[in-house]
Amino acid sequence: MEYKLDFRKYSDALSKNRLLGLRCNECSQYTCPPKMTCQECGSSDLEIIQLSGKGEIRTFTQTFVAPQGRECEAPYTVVLVELDEGPWIAGNLIDISPGGVNMKLIGKKVKLGHKIFPGDQYSAGPAARPVFSFVEGK
Amino acid sequence: MRRVAVLGTGHTKFMFNSPKSEVEMLAEASMDAIAESNLKSRDIQAIFCGNVLGDFSEGQGMVQSYLADDIGCFHVPASRFEGACASATMAIRDAFMWVASGFYDIVLVGGTEKATAMGTALATRTFAMFGDSRYEYPAGFTFPGVFGMLAHLYSDKYKVPLKKLKEQMALVSVQSHYYGKNNPHAQFQKDITVDQVLKGFMVTSPLQLLDCCPFSDGAAALVLASEDVAKKHVAKPVYIVGVGQSSSGKISSQYKYLPRLRAREIAVKQAYDMAGLGPEDIDVCELHDCFSIASIIAVESLGFAEFGKGGELWEEGEAKIGGKIPINISGGLKSKGHPIGATGASQACEITHQLREELRDQERQVEGAKVGLVDTLGGDGTIINIIFKID
Repeated sequence: MEYKLDFRKYSDALSKNRLLGLRCNECSQYTCPPKMTCQECGSSDLEIIQLSGKGEIRTFTQTFVAPQGRECEAPYTVVLVELDEGPWIAGNLIDISPGGVNMKLIGKKVKLGHKIFPGDQYSAGPAARPVFSFVEGK
Repeated sequence: MRRVAVLGTGHTKFMFNSPKSEVEMLAEASMDAIAESNLKSRDIQAIFCGNVLGDFSEGQGMVQSYLADDIGCFHVPASRFEGACASATMAIRDAFMWVASGFYDIVLVGGTEKATAMGTALATRTFAMFGDSRYEYPAGFTFPGVFGMLAHLYSDKYKVPLKKLKEQMALVSVQSHYYGKNNPHAQFQKDITVDQVLKGFMVTSPLQLLDCCPFSDGAAALVLASEDVAKKHVAKPVYIVGVGQSSSGKISSQYKYLPRLRAREIAVKQAYDMAGLGPEDIDVCELHDCFSIASIIAVESLGFAEFGKGGELWEEGEAKIGGKIPINISGGLKSKGHPIGATGASQACEITHQLREELRDQERQVEGAKVGLVDTLGGDGTIINIIFKID
């Protein structure tokens, strides 16, 4: 069985700032990031939909010790965002000074953009990654 | 199914920059385990071995096969298990089932790792391989980063102010060092203070240096055998009476349960049900404290505390010897060290020693302990629990 929405298709769309996910024809719920089957009920009867890319920060961490090859990115902020459609996805938060990363981020409304992770010697090629910024002001 | 017992144990010192290879460390632990079982290498019928990153740390794959040959278990079936930090516990569970089924009578289980050879940057990169490489690593996920996010989520969800949560987390690390200083195999044998934890450099918020377990080198091994074999060879067999294992997807896909890890609740229920026991029956527990917050999250899903109140066990001294549930009296991953492929075997060795009452000399014996629980977490959601009992 082929993936309805595999990583390559998802990444290509994200690189155009379009967030794709899956809607389940059995339980009507959303799965994002995509998988072979519905995150909620395990059905493979899925259709591709474009998600709003809007949501709220649910949690975060500001990373100072980065993995090999990514030291120049630190400190950077990783967030889990609850999309308006329900699922949570991971990404980076930009648009914030390093000193402003604290618990007040939780609940802040954000919108999606993207950056390309070029990959490293352990990655199978580049990957588009979600990058979030605040919906209004700072 | 037959009853399965632990006969003997072996455990190297956990340390930074071991002069020995992964195979050498595990060979030493294995020979000690075989000798303690009053057996010879030729008695071992199969080997089940945890190892995670040998390919990266010393360019060595297939350690299980070279181990078998090195220790004189010539040509036995030897299998390597990879479940990130839970690899050795996974190996023990499988080994248990092979003996319980009657297929083998005597097997060797263990694990080995040499993470410090990689240095911090490569180790951080390779440990991040146990998160989703396509959908999450590109954002810069690291292993402590995942637990940093869980800590903030915990504070928000259960309305425990971050400052209070941080103090509870610091107490977890302080207790681990308190007991680890008396464990001759521990990587860090010294006390630390809450103040030191709260003044450490930030690794990934809110986790500071002493909230995090170290990178470590080391190995541990055990011999498992059927009950009839065990009774012929050792005076105090310790039995495996319950096992459970569960898996999960990437951390974002677990959103409905976080900061709880659903896999732990499923795995430990399997183990409790199989043993016919519950959390109130556990006398001593070794759990997966890769980060201080991980201990607080773990005790809640294991049934030792209400959700949102796990930290109170350390505040009130209930996780110490004499408390409601003594936790990580070995020093845990934090003080004893965390050679990831070996950790589950190390936890199983510790519980075995507790149940055999061998730790009085180290001033860390849980008196009267009859039942012990091991909890090991791999990546963001492979969890294995094992319950041990002495008759």
